[in-house]
Amino acid sequence: MKNRLLCTVLLCLPAMSLHAEAKVFEKTLKNGLKVLVKEDHRSPIAVSQVWYKVGSSYEPGGITGVSHMLEHMMFKGTDKHAAGEFSRIIAENGGEENAFTGQDYTAYFQTMEASRLPVSFELEADRMRGLHLLAEELKKELQVVTEERRMRTDDNPQAKMNEHFMAMVYANSSYKNPVIGWPADIANYTVEDLQAWYQRWYAPNNATLVVVGDVQPNAVFALAEQYFGELKPSEIKPLKPQTEIEQLGVRYMTVKVPAKLPSVVLAYKVPSLKTAIDENEAYALEVLAGVLDGGNSARLSSTLIRGQQIAVSTGASYDLNSRLSSLFELEATPAEHKSVNDLEAALKVEVTKLQKDLITSNELQRIKAQVLATDIYQKDSAFYQAMELGTFETVGLGWQKAGEYVAKINQVTPEQVRAVAQKYLIEDHLNIAYLEPQTIKTSSDKKGAH
Amino acid sequence: MRISFKQSKIIATSCVLASSVLLSACDPMYEVKPDNTPVAVTPSTPDIKQSAVHVTSKIEHWQTSQGSRVYFVHADGLPMADIQVLFNAGSANDGAKFGLAELTAGLLDTGAGTWNADEIAQRFENIGAQFGVSSSMEMATLSLRTLTDPSLFNKAIDTVQVILTQPLFKEADFKREKTRTLAGLKQQEESPAAQASIAFYKALYGDHPYGHPGSGTLKTVSEFKVADVREFYKKYYVAANAIVVIVGDLSTAQAEQTAEKVLSGLPIGKKAEVLPEVSLPTHAEQQHIDFPSSQTHVLVGLPGSYRKDPDYFNLYVGNHILGGSGLVSKLFDEVREKRGLAYTASSSFLPLAKPGPFLISLQTRNDQKDQALQVLNQTLADFINKGPTEAELSAAKKNITGGFALRSDTNKKLANYVGMIGFYDMPLDYLDTFQQNVENVTVASITDAFKRRVKLNLLQTVTVGKVAEPSGK
Repeated sequence: MKNRLLCTVLLCLPAMSLHAEAKVFEKTLKNGLKVLVKEDHRSPIAVSQVWYKVGSSYEPGGITGVSHMLEHMMFKGTDKHAAGEFSRIIAENGGEENAFTGQDYTAYFQTMEASRLPVSFELEADRMRGLHLLAEELKKELQVVTEERRMRTDDNPQAKMNEHFMAMVYANSSYKNPVIGWPADIANYTVEDLQAWYQRWYAPNNATLVVVGDVQPNAVFALAEQYFGELKPSEIKPLKPQTEIEQLGVRYMTVKVPAKLPSVVLAYKVPSLKTAIDENEAYALEVLAGVLDGGNSARLSSTLIRGQQIAVSTGASYDLNSRLSSLFELEATPAEHKSVNDLEAALKVEVTKLQKDLITSNELQRIKAQVLATDIYQKDSAFYQAMELGTFETVGLGWQKAGEYVAKINQVTPEQVRAVAQKYLIEDHLNIAYLEPQTIKTSSDKKGAH
Repeated sequence: MRISFKQSKIIATSCVLASSVLLSACDPMYEVKPDNTPVAVTPSTPDIKQSAVHVTSKIEHWQTSQGSRVYFVHADGLPMADIQVLFNAGSANDGAKFGLAELTAGLLDTGAGTWNADEIAQRFENIGAQFGVSSSMEMATLSLRTLTDPSLFNKAIDTVQVILTQPLFKEADFKREKTRTLAGLKQQEESPAAQASIAFYKALYGDHPYGHPGSGTLKTVSEFKVADVREFYKKYYVAANAIVVIVGDLSTAQAEQTAEKVLSGLPIGKKAEVLPEVSLPTHAEQQHIDFPSSQTHVLVGLPGSYRKDPDYFNLYVGNHILGGSGLVSKLFDEVREKRGLAYTASSSFLPLAKPGPFLISLQTRNDQKDQALQVLNQTLADFINKGPTEAELSAAKKNITGGFALRSDTNKKLANYVGMIGFYDMPLDYLDTFQQNVENVTVASITDAFKRRVKLNLLQTVTVGKVAEPSGK
C-alpha cells in the first residue's frame, strides 16, 4: 500500500517540474549592477529587492551590528529626499516596504502594483550612492536599535542563550557575532563608522537587483538602466576569509537567565553548500535535517515527543545557504521530570542511529515529495521567489543554484546521508549549551485613572 | 531549509510591515492576524490591469447537502489548492474551561480512524501535503495545502475527512498534549509581551468570553479530563457550525465534491450560540505588572470595532493614519521617528463578531515608560480632538487603494480573506465595494466616529516591566 503511493509521487515528478520553472532573466549593467527578473503574472504586482553583499559576517570587532545600523539609516534621507520621505512616497504609491539584515546580506524591498516599479527604482538608486548620514538622526536611531535589541534578545531567554552560544561555538569565524551587534558596539557607533561602511559596500557592483512579478524582463532592464545606469561603481576590496579553525574537542556551556523552562542545544560544525568540497554533502545534510525534523512524522517528534515522551518540543536545522561554514543544530525542551541531560543523551542516540543505519527508503521518499511540493507552494509568493534568488546570489552561490535544489535533493542516497552523519556529526566538533532557568518574580498593582 | 529565516539570523527594519515570510522574526503578540485585515479580490480602479488570475477571481458560494456554507475561488497557474474548514469553536466557546478549544483543536490529528499521530502525519507528508489545525478566539481552523494531482489530492482530502469525523482522543494522547500545553503556558510566563497581552484582554473584557487567554491557564488546563475534550468536539465540530473555504486550481464541480467529501459523516448539529454583548469598561484604569525585563511593554485600548460595524471604514482608515500604516503613521512618527523611544509603535482595530480590541502598543526602556506613555496618550488625544488633516486622509486613501492588489496577491492571503468573509457572513461583494467604501470616508466622518467610539475616559492601560530605579543612585 505504502509502496504504491510512493510510486505515484515519483511518477508525478516529471509532470510537475514542467509547471515549476519560470525562467530567470539576467543582465549586468556597465557599472556592475546585476539585475535578475522573473515573470509571475498571477497578480498585478511586482516585488523589487536590492541586495548588498554585506552583513554582520563582514564586520570587524568594535563595530559589530554596523550593517544593521546602516540599514536603519538608509531611511533617513539623501541629497534629494529628506528623512522619512522614502517611506512616505512608497506609502502614497500603495507600496509595502521594509529592509532586513542577515549574516551575509543587507536587503531592501518594496512590493507595489506593477506599474509603480519606477517609483521604487528611483528611490533605491538615489539611496545607493546619495545617503545623508546626519548625527542627530543617528542619535535617535541608535536608541531605536537599542530598543530593538532589548526586545529581540535581552528580554528573550532563548535568543539570549543563542547569542551566548554562538560566541562560544565559533573561535574566529565572524558568525560568532550577533547580527544586531554587541551592546557596547551599538552604543559607540559614530557617523564616521557608518559613512565608511556605506562607502565601502554600497555600490552598484556590490549589489543585485531582483524583480519578480507582473513585468516584462526587457522593460525592467531598460528601467534599471535608466535609474541605476549612471551610478558610479566602487573598488570592492575582497573580504579576508576568517576561516574557522578546526575544533579540537567538545565544548559545553551553561546559560543562566530568568526563564521558566530549561532547554538544550547541540551544534556540530558542518560545511555549507558554498564551502563544501563536495556539494552533495550539503544536500545530504539537508536531507539529514529533514529525517529528524521535516514534519510531524519526522524522527524527533515521533520518537522524543510522542514515543519516549521526554521532550515537549524539539528541532533540527541546517543552514545550507550561508557564505561561511556553519552548523547542524539539534535542540529540545525537556518534558516535566526529565532533565536536559536525558535529552542530550536521547539526541545523541538519534545521531548514532544515523551514523550506524541507513535511513529508510520511506523517509527519503517523504523528504523528496515534501521538497518537490514545497517548491511549487513557494511559487505562490512572488516575495519568496525574489528572496530565494537574492539569497543564493548574494552568498556567492549564484542564483542558478536555486533552480538546482529540487533535482539535487532528489539525487541524494541513504548512503550519502549516513556518510555525512559519520563525517560531520562527531563529538570533537560538537558544542552544547544548557539553558538553566532563574526565578522570575512578578507582582501586580492597579489604579483607577478617572 | 533552502532559505533560513531563523530569528537570530535575519532582522528587519520594522516588524509592522514585514512580509509574511519575515514575520516569524517579530513578536507574535503584536502582529495583526491576517483575517483582521480587510481585503479585496476584485478592484475597480482603472489603473490596475485585469489580466491576472487573482483580480478577476470571484467568490463562488453554496451550501453542502448538510447545510455547511462553502466559499470557492478558482485560482490557476499553480497545480495546488488551499482548503480550510472553519468551525465556530474558538476560545470564546471555552465557557469556564479556559484553553479547552485550543487543546481540542490540537488533539484532532493525534489519532483518528485507525491511525495514530505518526500515521496521520505520514499520510500528509508522504505526498508533500501540509496540514495544520489552529485555534483563535472565535474559530478553529483545519488548513490543508496540497497538490491537485488527483491521486495526491484525494488522499489528502480523505485524511482530513477522517481527522474531522473520527478523532480518537485517546487518553495517552490527551495526557501528552495537555502536558505540552502546560509547558507552553509556563514558557509564556517568560515573556513580558505575553503577560501584557493576557492582562490587557482581561482589563478590556473581564468575564466576557474574549477576556481569557486562548491557551488557558495553568489552573484550568491541569483540571481538564479527556471527557471535556470529547464533549467540546461533539458540540462544536458539526456541519451546522462549519464553513469550507477552497482556493486553488480546481473546477467548481471538483470544489463541490471536495466540500461534500471533507465534511461527509459529520453530524448536522447546531450552530454555536451567539456570544454575549461586550460592555465597555466603566472607567479608565492603569495596571502595572512588575517583571524583570529591560523593557516595559505598554498596551492601551478598549473594546473597539466588530465585523459588521457601520463605523468600520471610518475607524479602519482613521486608524491607518493614527497607527496602522507602519513606517508612516502618526504614532510611529511621534514615538520612533521623532524621539527614538521604541522599535515598534502601532495601533489596530481587531474586529470580531462582537467588538474586538482597539489596541495601541509599544515597548521602551523601563525608565522611559512614563515619557513614552505620555507621547502615546497625547498623540491619541490630539487625533481624537482634531481628527486627521485632509492631506493625511488623502495619503492614506492613496496607500490603501494604490496597494489594493497586494492584499490578495497569493492564494494563501486570498484564502484567509475569503475565510473571514465566510465566517463573519459578510456580503460577497465586500471586496468589490471595499475601495469605494474607503473613498467615501471623510475627515468629518472619521473624526465623528473616533469621538464616539474611542472614549479617552474609558481607556485601559497595561504596563509590564521593571519599575525604574530613581535616578541619581
